[in-house]
Amino acid sequence: MFEIDKWQEIYSTVRKNKLRTFLTGFSVAWGIFMLIILLGSGSGLENGVKEQFKGGATNGVWISSGQTSLKYKGLKTGRQIKFTNEDYKAIKTTVEGYDRISARLFLGNKLISYKKEYGSFFLSPCHPDYGYIKELDVIQGRFLNIIDINEFRKVAVIGEKVKATLFKGADTMALGKYININGVIFQVVGIFRDYSRNDDEQKRVYIPISTAQRVFQGENVINQISFTTGNASAGEADLMINKSKAVLAKMHTFDIEDNRAINVWNKNEEVRKFKALFAGIRLFIWIIGIGTIIAGIVGVSNIMMIVVKERTKEIGIRKSLGATPWSIVLLIMQEAIVITSFAGYIGLVLGVGLLELISKNMPPSEFFRNPEADFSVAVMATILLIMAGAIAGFFPAMKAAGVNPVEALRDE
Amino acid sequence: MVNFDLKIQVMIKIKQVHKSYITGQNSLHVLKGIDLEVGAGEMISIMGASGSGKSTLLNILGILDNYDSGEYLLDGIKINRLSERKAAQLRNKMLGFVFQSFNLVSFKNAMENVALPLYYQNVPRKKRNLIAMEYLERMGLKDWAHHLPNELSGGQKQRVAIARALIGKPKVILADEPTGALDSTTSLEVMDILQEVNSTGITLIIVTHEHDIALRTQKTIRITDGNITEIIKN
Repeated sequence: MFEIDKWQEIYSTVRKNKLRTFLTGFSVAWGIFMLIILLGSGSGLENGVKEQFKGGATNGVWISSGQTSLKYKGLKTGRQIKFTNEDYKAIKTTVEGYDRISARLFLGNKLISYKKEYGSFFLSPCHPDYGYIKELDVIQGRFLNIIDINEFRKVAVIGEKVKATLFKGADTMALGKYININGVIFQVVGIFRDYSRNDDEQKRVYIPISTAQRVFQGENVINQISFTTGNASAGEADLMINKSKAVLAKMHTFDIEDNRAINVWNKNEEVRKFKALFAGIRLFIWIIGIGTIIAGIVGVSNIMMIVVKERTKEIGIRKSLGATPWSIVLLIMQEAIVITSFAGYIGLVLGVGLLELISKNMPPSEFFRNPEADFSVAVMATILLIMAGAIAGFFPAMKAAGVNPVEALRDE
Repeated sequence: MVNFDLKIQVMIKIKQVHKSYITGQNSLHVLKGIDLEVGAGEMISIMGASGSGKSTLLNILGILDNYDSGEYLLDGIKINRLSERKAAQLRNKMLGFVFQSFNLVSFKNAMENVALPLYYQNVPRKKRNLIAMEYLERMGLKDWAHHLPNELSGGQKQRVAIARALIGKPKVILADEPTGALDSTTSLEVMDILQEVNSTGITLIIVTHEHDIALRTQKTIRITDGNITEIIKN
């Protein structure tokens, strides 16, 4: 069925019918090319948005204190809720299933200096787990640890950009150096990189929350409690959040339904929303992609119809010389398959090439980066097109093979 | 059954062959009981007005068309409602065709056209091209082997077609108006070739409406309105 002679026969007909071959091939190549571009654009969009989610575990939950908006047990609205270390401890001991947990204190921007260099940076006191929750990449030294908290050590982990501002020239080694934070001396123990796209989040200085409370505040207030939900399901994560709310509502006497008393930001849910959005986009791309492929199929079958019509006489001649009907069917179909697979491959290469060119030369924007085609999808589409070409060629070929040679030869 | 008769062997034998074409509600009775015997190595011509049924008869003889009733034996093989595959094999092995309009494959050169029947006998490409060259040489067309049909004259095209009909070593060659598209000089040349072919023992059946062509065959069969009305020995 696939002996060399048959291929030579196909090659000689293809070579001698260049325009027809080109037209058949073009519709296929175009279909695949468009599909690749579409898929690539979709993945570019998805990569762009994924980038927005960097910097912070995707299973993180952030709970901040706010003002009450509902009357509760005779208490008026507008009360400022103030979290303390007790709240942190209560959640830590009563909520089950969380992975890491940390409290944070918001002290705002502080003047930080090293020798003659200085800058205003966001001071962010926290527990050691926050490095994990925020997905910080410690590139030098270490992050905060439990001993820092327990012993109220004056140590700081600074952002790469903070380091770049404070440590210049010959003094580039920051680890172990002492920096002045609002008049208090802290030792630099680590340098982190934050992959978040927000520039400010890279210009932070993390210090032990216990030290901050003692040095800068003199009380046990905290502003935010955050934890990660491990590999809990969406429902389990919601349970943890509700449990935390209940604990806080009881400790601060506010209505658990009051959404302003505390603010909960559940990244889990945000990610889920975007996943749903991208499932929708992917479906949309597939619908368009399948539409493009159908256009390709129609194009191929159209041209195969013309091919068969055009070759009716030739088929009649071949039959009179002893060609069996099956050999005629194979001749037409193999030609269709050879042309579609070859053209599909060209479309594939051109599409992938263009995407490569775009992703190399286009600066990554907010919502679009690294367009890439799923190669297996493209190969699948090509196989689909080949099958479509075969099917499109099959019925006209069957018809042609069934044609009475008498009539075919009479056809002038 | 052993044939003790000294008569030459019968190549084609048809008995009471009927053929009708159904077009819509009308049935056109084209062949109305044809009886014909052609001996091996004979060269006969079939004459008749257009619409008389001569082309239909030729198509039935060439296993290109079926018949409704009667009997057709080709070299002793009963030809009746064969599968397409079997018919194709018989055409390939037993028959050669020469047409008025040459029917060469336009995108294949002379050599490839001649070699085509061997392709369907699964002869390897190199070998069949070599054989095709031999046949072209016999036709005096060696220098034209790599030309496409539209680069050849009518006579040359018909000689290519004859070479193609011969290459499969057929027992019978069926020629449908082989000189119909040629001028008189070229017609004579083609007839010379066909007579030469016949002299090698191949049975030849020529459909024609030209008398001087028919006169060069051994027997002329005249068909009128679906019946054989006359058999003339030339």
